[in-house]
Amino acid sequence: MLQARLARALETLRPRIIVCEGTGCLAKGAADVRRAFIKELEKRGPGIDLDLALEDPDEVERRRETGVAAVTPSGCQGLCQQGPLVTVEPEGYLYVGVRPEDVPDIVQAVVEGTGPVVRLLSDRDLSQARAADIDFFRPQDRRVLAWCGRIRPGDIREYLARGGYSALAKALTEMTPDEVIEEVTAAGLRGRGGAGFPTGKKWRVTRDAEGDKKYVIVNGDEGDPGAFMDRCLLEGDPHRVLEGLIIAAYAVGADEGYAYVRAEYPRAVRLLRRAMAEAERYGLLGEDILGSGFSFRARLKEGAGAFVCGEETALIASIEGRRGMPRPRPPFPAVRGLWDRPTCINNVETLGNVPDLILCGAAAYREVGTDGSPGTKIFALAGQVERTGLIEVPMGSTLRDVIFGAGGGIRGGKEFKAVQIGGPSGGCLTSEHLGLPLDYESLKEAGAMIGSGGLVVLDEDSCMVEVARFFMSFVQSESCGKCVPCREGTRRMLELLTKMTEGTATKADLDLLEELAGSVKESALCGLGKSAPNPVLTTLRYFRDEYLAHVTEHRCPAAACLELVSFEIDPEKCIGCGLCAKACPSGAVRQVDRADGTPDGRRRAEGAGGAGAAAKTSAAKGKARKKRLPYTIDDELCLRCDACRAACPKEAVRRVPRKTVRDRSGAAATTAAGD
Amino acid sequence: MVPAFEGRRFEKLNDIIERNGRTPSSLIPILQEVQEEYRYLPEEVLTYVATALGLPPSAVFGVATFYAQFSTEPKGRFVIKVCDGTACHVRGADTVHFAVRRAAGLEPGRKTTDDLTFTVEQVNCVGACSMAPVVTVNDRRVYGDMTQKEAAALVERLRKEAEEEPVPTEGAGDGVGTAGERAADGAGGAAG
Repeated sequence: MLQARLARALETLRPRIIVCEGTGCLAKGAADVRRAFIKELEKRGPGIDLDLALEDPDEVERRRETGVAAVTPSGCQGLCQQGPLVTVEPEGYLYVGVRPEDVPDIVQAVVEGTGPVVRLLSDRDLSQARAADIDFFRPQDRRVLAWCGRIRPGDIREYLARGGYSALAKALTEMTPDEVIEEVTAAGLRGRGGAGFPTGKKWRVTRDAEGDKKYVIVNGDEGDPGAFMDRCLLEGDPHRVLEGLIIAAYAVGADEGYAYVRAEYPRAVRLLRRAMAEAERYGLLGEDILGSGFSFRARLKEGAGAFVCGEETALIASIEGRRGMPRPRPPFPAVRGLWDRPTCINNVETLGNVPDLILCGAAAYREVGTDGSPGTKIFALAGQVERTGLIEVPMGSTLRDVIFGAGGGIRGGKEFKAVQIGGPSGGCLTSEHLGLPLDYESLKEAGAMIGSGGLVVLDEDSCMVEVARFFMSFVQSESCGKCVPCREGTRRMLELLTKMTEGTATKADLDLLEELAGSVKESALCGLGKSAPNPVLTTLRYFRDEYLAHVTEHRCPAAACLELVSFEIDPEKCIGCGLCAKACPSGAVRQVDRADGTPDGRRRAEGAGGAGAAAKTSAAKGKARKKRLPYTIDDELCLRCDACRAACPKEAVRRVPRKTVRDRSGAAATTAAGD
Repeated sequence: MVPAFEGRRFEKLNDIIERNGRTPSSLIPILQEVQEEYRYLPEEVLTYVATALGLPPSAVFGVATFYAQFSTEPKGRFVIKVCDGTACHVRGADTVHFAVRRAAGLEPGRKTTDDLTFTVEQVNCVGACSMAPVVTVNDRRVYGDMTQKEAAALVERLRKEAEEEPVPTEGAGDGVGTAGERAADGAGGAAG
């Protein structure tokens, strides 16, 4: 009944202007945009606010005579690349790149009902007025994200009005815990955190484990570089995750639970905490939930910045207040977990799948996805792709659908080279895998894994050896140090990869790297260590040529490894503006016609480019004042910081294979980062 | 350089310990609150917390040094984190990091400036990959699509802010960013 009343209240909120306040849009100024909307609406009459509508729909109805529209913040609307995003309901127009100065036009269009403001649509194209018409959303099927970006996150009344907590009510009143587990098992839901373990089985083991006290934990320690799905779900629709957690607790017989969210997501922490408090106030959390006799208390724990805590036994150690180090399994947490009690740990997105699954049943859940991997999967699409953002597609969609369909292909017309999937536990896949269906089995076969769902697209400018080094450096710094294979193995692998990217490695180093990768994979204690070699192994499998170029010719084919490149200015493109010289921290960039006597001038004659340019200079001396002469870079002074390339307005600075031979003693003196 | 730890401050510490409960599982939340308060974990605080929770100091030091969030060194007023997640990395995070360090005037090997204005860290992933490369300031302000030029300009704006308002006002919420600044307050009252 409450749900019906709230739903009616929401109806009165139309038209409604929804401003995306996901992290991406906030960084692009969404908060200013929302303030501008409130101001603009106030000019035209009282704005209708959500709180008022939900408290007293009749009053809103009366106010609507003079009021104009409602403004609501929301979680991530998905197309992060083009933020700040604004959706106008009921039509569902999606505006991109909205600035405060665009606000009056939108408000006018809303008030007068004149249709969308074309210049603010995606591609300024009237045929892309609604989200569903935009290529980015076309391959998508937003189920778990159904309300993310459309409701005010964490407002329980709005979640209720959209049918929220109906699944919990159904589970508690119409189903036994065993029936809930059977439904989840029948649906074939698999853990979305990476390994894809069947959720129903996990719940079953926890339920059957001996012990009068059990726990459930939602794992929101999303640390994979390149992944932000859990963040968006928690920031966009925290109640859905909480509802899933309560259902899980009911199913396994737990009366206490934790939400473990990484501290780097302050907004997610705040919204989930608020959601918990509200759920408690509405009798959906705490003692005797919905009069069913089932009681469940949940608490929030903030992570403290340790990637390894995404591993379940390490996460448990962290909740217990210790260093987050994994322990050998078995016993699995489902049997002996938090404070030695049976503990069921599920990922944020996994639990986000649960409410709809319970409400609509296993058969309906299986309608999308593949047999082995039913349902949808949320991916975080990032890297060198035209449109980055948050997407949800049916399991079994191909990489091509995602990267070229939703993502719109590679940025700046470059060539697709690889896609890194699954973070440091996953691998790099190539263009031959573009037709590969995204499901647990297919990816495993290709040597990668779905991981948590981060997809980072790499273009021709990325060096795969450097990417492998990057992941190894990540794993190395996050290794907890408990087991030798991971602590020492990853360190040695990092050293070898660093040697390769610096041009001091040999073929023997490559063989050693391969051998080490195999040993670490087989002998490390936990998932982090076991999967740590994956980025190396997949890049070795698909890009061996690049490794060979690094170890035999000390050459980086992609001209990306900074130690193996030189920077060069194309004299044809250079307009002599001097921005590169201004940006250079080491005084390596000079104009070719500068008179001798300046501090940098003495080095001018060195190097082939310098000499040629100097000759040209004397010939052109007379005209020097009319046409500004190009700049050149002294390779020996160059720190390889890339500042000149970034500063150049004409793309005249380019990377080429290294000109001067580097001191191969191994005592690297120049690193770009400076520390 | 470490400011003397006066008795007055221990009162606050006691509050934090009482609020979280004197159990070992409260250790991490306690240290988080302490760090929020003092912006780092002074040694005497760690031993005090150990005594209060009945833990060996080694266990508390172990935790304080294990998690990346904790620092046993004083940090600058502005903690600038340059994200080096995969997406940021392939879009030039290294060069942004270089520019930030240079603008902040950091010597090689140093993370914090002598005047405690800036701490510059390269962090693994802040989870804002769609607008890579990303820089955050004090975890609350998020800046996307950074370039070397913008990174340097950001540092200059912060420096000016520090000069104009030498005593930091914490928890200013939405109002932190200046008008022209593309700032996002991750902890502000936006959705409230």
